Amino acid sequence: MILTLHNFWSQHGCLILQPYDMPMGAGTFHTATTLRALGPDPWNAAFVQPCRRPTDGRYGENPNRLQHYYQYQVILKPSPGNIQQLYLDSLTAIGVDPLLHDIRFVEDDWESPTLGAWGLGWEVWCDGMEVTQFTYFQQMGGFDCKPVAGELTYGLERLAMYIQGKDSVYDLDFNGRGVTYGDVFLENERQMSAWNFEHANTDSLFDAFRKAVAECENCLDAKLPIPAYEQAIQASHVFNLLQARGVISVAERQAYMGRVRDLAKGSCQAWMEKNGWAA
Amino acid sequence: MTDFLLELLSEEIPARMQAKARTDLEKLFADQLAAAGLKAESLQTFSTPRRLVLIARGLPETTEAVSEELKGPPADAPDAAVEGFLRKAGLTRDALETRDVKGRATLFAVIAKPGRATADVLSDAIPAIVRAFPWPKSMRWGAASQTTESLRWVRPLQGIIALLGGYVVPCEVDGLVAGNTTVGHRFHHKGAVTVSGVEDYADALRAAHVIVDHEERASIIRDGAVKAAADAGFVLVEDEGLVVENAGLTEWPVPLLGRFDPAFLEVPPEVIQLTARVNQKYFVVQDASGALAPAFVCTANIAAHDGGRAIVAGNEKVLAARLSDARFFWELDQKKTLEQHAEKLKNIVFHEKLGTVADKVERVAKLARWLCEEGIIKSSPSSLGEDREHLATLAEKAAHLCKADLVTEMVGEFPELQGLMGGYYAAKEGLDPQVAAAIRDHYKPVGQGDDVPTDPVTVAVSLADKLDTLFSFFSHEMIPSGSRDPFALRRSGLAVISLVSRNQLRLPLLDALAETQRGLLLPDINFDEWRSSIRATFEGNPSGPIDGLAAVIMWATLMSVSDFFADRLKVQQREAGVRHDLIDAVFALGGEDDLVRLLARVKALQGFVETGEGGNLLAGYKRAANILKKEMPSPLEGRGGSREAAEGEGKSPTFAQSPLPTLPPEGERAYELEPAEAALIAALDAAEPAADAAIAAEDFEGAMAALAALRAPIDAFFESVTVNDADAAKREARLNLLARFRAAVHRVADFSKIEG
Repeated sequence: MILTLHNFWSQHGCLILQPYDMPMGAGTFHTATTLRALGPDPWNAAFVQPCRRPTDGRYGENPNRLQHYYQYQVILKPSPGNIQQLYLDSLTAIGVDPLLHDIRFVEDDWESPTLGAWGLGWEVWCDGMEVTQFTYFQQMGGFDCKPVAGELTYGLERLAMYIQGKDSVYDLDFNGRGVTYGDVFLENERQMSAWNFEHANTDSLFDAFRKAVAECENCLDAKLPIPAYEQAIQASHVFNLLQARGVISVAERQAYMGRVRDLAKGSCQAWMEKNGWAA
Repeated sequence: MTDFLLELLSEEIPARMQAKARTDLEKLFADQLAAAGLKAESLQTFSTPRRLVLIARGLPETTEAVSEELKGPPADAPDAAVEGFLRKAGLTRDALETRDVKGRATLFAVIAKPGRATADVLSDAIPAIVRAFPWPKSMRWGAASQTTESLRWVRPLQGIIALLGGYVVPCEVDGLVAGNTTVGHRFHHKGAVTVSGVEDYADALRAAHVIVDHEERASIIRDGAVKAAADAGFVLVEDEGLVVENAGLTEWPVPLLGRFDPAFLEVPPEVIQLTARVNQKYFVVQDASGALAPAFVCTANIAAHDGGRAIVAGNEKVLAARLSDARFFWELDQKKTLEQHAEKLKNIVFHEKLGTVADKVERVAKLARWLCEEGIIKSSPSSLGEDREHLATLAEKAAHLCKADLVTEMVGEFPELQGLMGGYYAAKEGLDPQVAAAIRDHYKPVGQGDDVPTDPVTVAVSLADKLDTLFSFFSHEMIPSGSRDPFALRRSGLAVISLVSRNQLRLPLLDALAETQRGLLLPDINFDEWRSSIRATFEGNPSGPIDGLAAVIMWATLMSVSDFFADRLKVQQREAGVRHDLIDAVFALGGEDDLVRLLARVKALQGFVETGEGGNLLAGYKRAANILKKEMPSPLEGRGGSREAAEGEGKSPTFAQSPLPTLPPEGERAYELEPAEAALIAALDAAEPAADAAIAAEDFEGAMAALAALRAPIDAFFESVTVNDADAAKREARLNLLARFRAAVHRVADFSKIEG
């Protein structure tokens, strides 16, 4: 399925990239999305990104909710006029028949408070399940996107469940020779859920958060937007872990998110300046 | 006459925005026509997820020709003036007319403006409409978005059909050129759909699997969902909001029935219904007994070639995952007691000036306990001692736990389940059923027409919660004004009135407000004395000036809270059909903080003035009051006067009370009373104590009946006695008598406020 998507988007002019090697909550955090969404240059890329969402962990008990899963991410800048049709063609390419399955574009305004970003678009439903997030970025890091990029984020496991007709992600056939998704990931989900919710050392996490913030500021002073942005990614993930541990109060939550947003915005601003782009 | 078709094709428009978009399109179009002097015989608008459509019938082919006249200078004016006029009119000298104006030859320019083709008007109007469209949120897209000035629309705009009488109206918006083609259903129809105009538009799209009329799609969903449920032996739980939403999500709606594992029914039915409705836009169904059944109806946007089997299977899978999540929350939440959940309320800020939710809960619990201890809320009319203590303990317990569900996973997911989930968890924990019910229902009544609680524990928690909200915000001067009521305090106020009147609670607001200060006063102040002195002032018999910061704040809060309740009561009573002047007449007395007593007085007054007795007494009262106003302008306003006096002095809580007139004892009278005068005095001597006794017994009908006995004597008095006697002593005595009469009537209401 990933190969089919790679082929499809490669034929439509996308660079095929690799995952970013840091824990992150969504493919949108990949520099190939966040930083490349800024500035006037055209940019078309597709890649897989593993995502970690500690609070979504269900100890392997929920058939489609996981704390670690894979997104397939496509970014097209500027957004082409036929982007919806391209997307639907890609679904057909991986075997979803739109006259057998009910494909729908349902309003979903996207906002990432930690990236200072927002866009309008839809969640794409396949028989009532959200399989893709479809967004026209309007702002990133607090800057207007000029031009606007279209972002497609496919939920790979969910799509695979459709194509294979499986009720649980853990029953997915991994290789056609008897190995299932559960064989590969179920134990990981159990142990990681337990760590995320119960055992992660919160003192070290708070410490890690502080260090990431300090390092980001360090990098910004040195006018190095990419390493600075990596520290923002790090801070964001640590914040998510702290949330899962339930040690951040509602009142503090806003302050932490604001802190991460400042780092992301600062990195984006440094990136704009480095490239000589006006806001 | 001709017809016009406009279709704005776009990527999927959010369902919730479509109704307003139709209204906006119609209005913008009508405004554009009106600006050109055109009017269509009829305008219709339609929407689908991908298109906004306007059909105008009976449009004139051209606008009306008009001629405009400009008056110029006199014919013999200097050349410079004439040339200036020619420039302004855009004409040459020989095109001007000369007319006689008051005997003087004057130049006139007559400029004929021929009618403009409607097609030209529309060429300009369509881009203007698109650019001015008031979407709640709009976006930029594509290569044009290199600048932030590019066209904005709710989602990318894809095409425009503009056909006037079958011809394309030439126009263009940011590179989109109007034409006569559109697209059909996304999956059921390949290629373009060409239309020739208003007449064949809907049919051409129907052939391409698009039902343009949103109402038609709504009825397909409404009827289809009922039928899908009935075919499986269930009854649909109707939900018009879902019908409209699904009509906004589909161009070719097909309702389908799916099922879920009955094991999920262990989760509360409200949770299942919300999960299905909010997350998936599914209808739920019931069995014959009215219980939630393990099935649902979804609305597909295609007529699938397997009859929808794959779609149903997919949707069943999704709902199962959602319900599995709901069950996860349901079970996870129960791993802690509500008491443990409530710990986390310390982290939630209620309002930056009013502390955390835990602080609020603490205040509510104290107030709820007090309401029961004082016997304001009781489990039976005769309950005393132990009974009261038992109720107070339950109310305090329920209040402590009433907000705990706010930090549960389930309420985090579905905020609208607040209260309800707490009730379920309390019952699961084995708490007293009255406590569980109070946790569940303490937000009630939420609006007009909502159930008003009657169970004493629930009433105590609900009332304490709302009083605390009001007192807290008012004491920090966050008071609703005009249309601004960000904390919904008016709703809380109405809820208090409903709770009090439904349960006939004898709640002295002042005491409740004072109670919130217990334990917070300076150590040298005795609470009971402090409260009594404020009450004395409130009732018009101040024992001394109000002093101390706590008392001053308390007084100001009391004043604003009681004015606020007066306003709420007036609104509520007016809606119940009570004359507003009668409400004013009772409120003008002031000094009353018991809503039940206030309402009883209003009701008695209404009964009284509608009888002949009351009407006649009113006439006598007005006459007396007019004479007094003319002859004795000093204020003799009764108790209500104290409030006005206080406000007149810059809202100082220390206010002067003008004493009621004291009549000279009868033995000291300097002259012979006339018979009618003596009769009035005798009548007052009898009526005053009778009215006072009735008022003390809260028998306001009785009090008014006692005063009605004054009607004949006052009429006779005016008939035969001259008030303005030459003898100063007589005059003063008679004015005093009238003042006494007026004061007597004021015992029940300030009659000066009554109209007629």
